[in-house]
Amino acid sequence: MNVMDPTEVFRQEAAELFEVLEGALLDLGQRPDDRELVDSAFRALHTIKGSGAMFGFDKVASFTHEFETAFDRVRKGEIKPTQELISVALAAKDYIRALIEEPQSTDDIIGEAILDDLKRFVGADVPASAAPAAAPVEVQAESKQAGWQLHLEFETHILRNGSNPLDLLEDLAKIGPCFVVPVTDGVPYLDEMEPEDCYLKWDVTLHAACDKAAIDDVFMFVQDEMKLTLSPLEHAEAPAPLPLFQLLEEEQIPLQPAEMPAPAAEAAPVAPVASEPVKQAASQPEAKREAAPRREDAKRDDRGIATVRVQAERLDELMDRVGELVIAQARLTQLASAGSDLSIKMIAEEIERLASSLRDTTMGARMVPIGSLFGRFRRLVHDLSRDLSKPVEFVTAGEDTELDKTMIECLADPLVHLIRNAIDHGIEDTAARTAAGKTEQGRIELQAVHSGAQVLVTVKDNGGGLNTARIRAKAEEQGLIAPGAALSDHEIHQFLFHPGFSTAQTISALSGRGVGMDVVKRTIENMRGTIDLSTRPGQGTTVTLRLPLTLAIIEGLLIRVGEGRYIIPLSAVEECIELTAEDDRSRGRNFLNVRGKLVPFLRLRQILTVSGTPDQHQKTIIISTGETHVGLVADQIIGNHQTVIKSLSKLHSDVTIFSGATILGDGTAALILDVAQLVALAQSQTEKHISEAA
Amino acid sequence: MTEGLKTAGEHDATAMQVVMIGLGEEKFALDAGLVREIIDPVPVTKVAGARSFVPSVINVRGNVIPLADLRIRFGMQQVDNSADTRIVVIEIEIDGEPVLVGVTADKVYEVTEISQANVQQTPRVGMHWKPEFIRFITKWREEFVIVPNMERILN
Repeated sequence: MNVMDPTEVFRQEAAELFEVLEGALLDLGQRPDDRELVDSAFRALHTIKGSGAMFGFDKVASFTHEFETAFDRVRKGEIKPTQELISVALAAKDYIRALIEEPQSTDDIIGEAILDDLKRFVGADVPASAAPAAAPVEVQAESKQAGWQLHLEFETHILRNGSNPLDLLEDLAKIGPCFVVPVTDGVPYLDEMEPEDCYLKWDVTLHAACDKAAIDDVFMFVQDEMKLTLSPLEHAEAPAPLPLFQLLEEEQIPLQPAEMPAPAAEAAPVAPVASEPVKQAASQPEAKREAAPRREDAKRDDRGIATVRVQAERLDELMDRVGELVIAQARLTQLASAGSDLSIKMIAEEIERLASSLRDTTMGARMVPIGSLFGRFRRLVHDLSRDLSKPVEFVTAGEDTELDKTMIECLADPLVHLIRNAIDHGIEDTAARTAAGKTEQGRIELQAVHSGAQVLVTVKDNGGGLNTARIRAKAEEQGLIAPGAALSDHEIHQFLFHPGFSTAQTISALSGRGVGMDVVKRTIENMRGTIDLSTRPGQGTTVTLRLPLTLAIIEGLLIRVGEGRYIIPLSAVEECIELTAEDDRSRGRNFLNVRGKLVPFLRLRQILTVSGTPDQHQKTIIISTGETHVGLVADQIIGNHQTVIKSLSKLHSDVTIFSGATILGDGTAALILDVAQLVALAQSQTEKHISEAA
Repeated sequence: MTEGLKTAGEHDATAMQVVMIGLGEEKFALDAGLVREIIDPVPVTKVAGARSFVPSVINVRGNVIPLADLRIRFGMQQVDNSADTRIVVIEIEIDGEPVLVGVTADKVYEVTEISQANVQQTPRVGMHWKPEFIRFITKWREEFVIVPNMERILN
């Protein structure tokens, strides 16, 4: 077991909270009246502040506090969140992030400038460190006091959040000599008492000539969870205890941290008897006051239970183990079916069922909805749209489409490039849009959908579309094609993926340097995906990424070709049909007639260079990728197989028609056919046939 | 075991722990540090389109690893598996990544020590093997043995 660095835990937690915060702020820009969003932004801020303080990120905590304070008027509904305010708030979020991630490279001045901006937008009258709503402090800060009379009431759950009131009292005692009296009227009967709740309140007389701010500082990180009443002491020597506590007056003792628990413990059993009426009276308003924040906390708790942070390597290990289990189970099944022992067969079936559900669960644990990725781009669009003064509406769909976590991480950079391109090159400026009779606001759609064994991610803009003539001119200029060469539009567009190719006439900070599309293409191809461009002049461009669901285990169809056995991913299989004698004989045309549609087919015996005579009744497996259907001719279809994908080693990286290997029930290895590569092969062969014929 | 080998090797700075295997008529000495295990022949799966010296893959305890045939690299006759045939699983680096590879051996003799003091100059003539495949040739019990350069052979 390795112990995680607590700071690292905080960083991870903060990263998630930043996502929530950013999402809420961006949504707020569109729906300024949504109270729920303001609240969720505040919750995120508050947690960052609290945990930041806990892990020693003092700068983070104090800046976040200022941020929270300045933003408080928004929460109270006094002012509406304007676009400018959202932008500043986003900048503040970035600053906090920088404080956490690279504290050396940040400068306090930036923080101050952001806070000044914030204050300007929310109104200059917000005091720098006014306590948030929960702490109604009405006392004017007189610079020098003889001392302060404090009444502290914490919310009952304060201990669960990791705060310790006793530590705070200790801090308070550092300011000056304190007299602390616990107030026990809130303590319930023993059998009603929650051991983890805090029922005590405190009256503190602080004999120190200090600013109110100094006291506020002590309670900075808990002030939303407590009620702090402050009143200045008239004279230094006369602490004025409240009449209710006169009985206890002689017990007033100077604060000694070590003794603090003692009065609490002693007071507990006495309290119910001594102060029953008081307790009744006190609990009523308290209940009301706490109703709202409690609801908030309940939500927070739910989230805490719903997710557990697990290191990715552990998930990978788990996947490996499950993979081995599935292989062992396949062997057991084979053994059981060969024998005649019914009870063994039953166990084998049971284990098969369990292994398959365990596999699904484990795989599910690795799957992450793509929405977590989409969220990041909203900020990108927001900033780009502001920087380029092109109003852009950003629409996402299919956020709950799930992909393997590693895939999602690999997708981030390519999508950033595509979205930048769409805004920078795709969407025209406002004048051009108005002239073309379009809405002033551009539109970018980011969408993810499952399609068979693949996930399609599309980035679609409603801009001007690709300028085919200009791409062609550029390609000719760079000597990529001969002038006047006959090329289809689709072929010309492919030059966009050429390294160093850019048609942007001015190089902006964002795009036009010609790095990008080739990198995007390479990244997607490394993921065994494909990228496709389609455009309609004046109406926009759509970039489609087709990604395989690269998962560790798939359902496969086991087939036999000659002596060898191969796996075809079942998700790609459309249907299996028998190759008719007529189709088999016609060597000239490798096409099948499937319900009136022509489907090209490949003879696997040829591709896999199998010698000998084929079986008499050849079978055809119709596979599909996207729109294309191809038939694969095999000797025998054996059946379904739970396939644990093992990658092929580097020594076989030159073999493209196999996407991996797996281990069969009898312990031999079988190769997994790469459907996309086979389809490409079929297409190139068909083209070759046609060109040879012509 | 590896620990023991290392200490044994330290007696003589020029000594080298090797696994002596037979391929055809020749004896090859594989650096014992590369060898992970020696197993009996298992069913092989042909990989269509692969380079001729790595024609197939095998399952070694749940891992699918390539099976290399050094006889092809050294232009020797391929013979059918005999009772002596073994697969030596070695770990080599390819593009900076460790890769497990099985190597078919007609016979595995023993784990022994050879001395690099007896290294013979690899003759430029009289050999039908590519010189780059050979690290050096040395003498062992009055016989010449070849220490192959596995990284080169498999790349």
